[in-house]
Amino acid sequence: MDRIPILKMGNLLLVSIQVDLQDQLALALQDDLSERIVATGARGVLIDISALEIVDSFIGRMLSTIAALSRLLDAETVVVGMRPAVAITLVELGLYMPGVRTALTLEHGLALLGAEVRVRLPEDEALVDLDADSAEVTDLGAGAAPNGRSALTEGAWSG
Amino acid sequence: MSAGRWTVAPAGGVEPTVERTERHPIVTEADVVRVRQIVRNLAVTAKMSLVDQTKMVTAASELARNTLVYGGGGSMTVDIVDNGRRRGIRAVFVDSGPGIPDMDLALTDGWTSGSGLGLGLSGSRRLVDDFAIESSPGAGTTVRIVKWSR
Ligand SMILES: Nc1ncnc2c1ncn2[C@@H]1O[C@H](COP(=O)(O)OP(=O)(O)O)[C@@H](O)[C@H]1O
Ligand SMILES: [Mg+2]
Repeated sequence: MDRIPILKMGNLLLVSIQVDLQDQLALALQDDLSERIVATGARGVLIDISALEIVDSFIGRMLSTIAALSRLLDAETVVVGMRPAVAITLVELGLYMPGVRTALTLEHGLALLGAEVRVRLPEDEALVDLDADSAEVTDLGAGAAPNGRSALTEGAWSG
Repeated sequence: MSAGRWTVAPAGGVEPTVERTERHPIVTEADVVRVRQIVRNLAVTAKMSLVDQTKMVTAASELARNTLVYGGGGSMTVDIVDNGRRRGIRAVFVDSGPGIPDMDLALTDGWTSGSGLGLGLSGSRRLVDDFAIESSPGAGTTVRIVKWSR
């Protein structure tokens, strides 16, 4: 069975759902993400659903479950890019996805995770400006971390 | 509640003219995805607004999954309908599964006999203009939904 790719960027995991999800694929993503959170010690999960034309109760439940699971594993989940028509439909469906944080864009989602990260950082010099424009945000994984680790270093988390 | 034949019909209205009819099997998860795409394409053809398309496709997705999971498989018949003033999409989901013993309960927000969120029937009812369901224990379930272009 196909899997949805999970990218690691620093201590974030990034998922972009680009296909019309079959239920089994959604369940597999749930399992894969929890494994990857544990394996990588990720502190944030960002899920891009901008390509999804609909979110029904099954996908909605998957997003809620991922958010709850990641929280138990000490990582925060943000869902980004929900289309307005999808949001309107979800409200009428009665699906409010409790516990799921949302942001309109990838940049806002990163900033949201960054803002939370900030609160936990013990030292000011470890701060990274995630409110930067997208070019700088892209730099986070590659440029700002020559050793392949994010500028949001490990160790900064231990406090 | 006693077992029996349950029908929840729409408020009323003229039986619309059918422009085209297609019947699609719902026996695998891939069929549920296909149902979404088919309904989307017809909704575009019927010139529905993006929000209405999204509502109709979401309702169809919920009902198709019920047909598969609870009905043990079945089919969807979908038409473009025309009542002389507006066009719309009508989708009818049919299975010959166990049926629904307590319709009031099944239509209650948040009630599920499985592990769902219990929003499929109640939620899709809100998303469409007409919602009719007929079920009797042992004789399967039929759900008909219509959404009109505005
Ligand atoms: N086609 C069907 N055949 C038999 N039972 C059904 C069918 N559709 C729905 N039901 C019953 O109605 C309940 C509510 O359905 P729904 O609102 O879609 O919620 P969910 O799918 O999350 O359980 C189901 O749990 C099931 O017991
Ligand atoms: Mg359902």
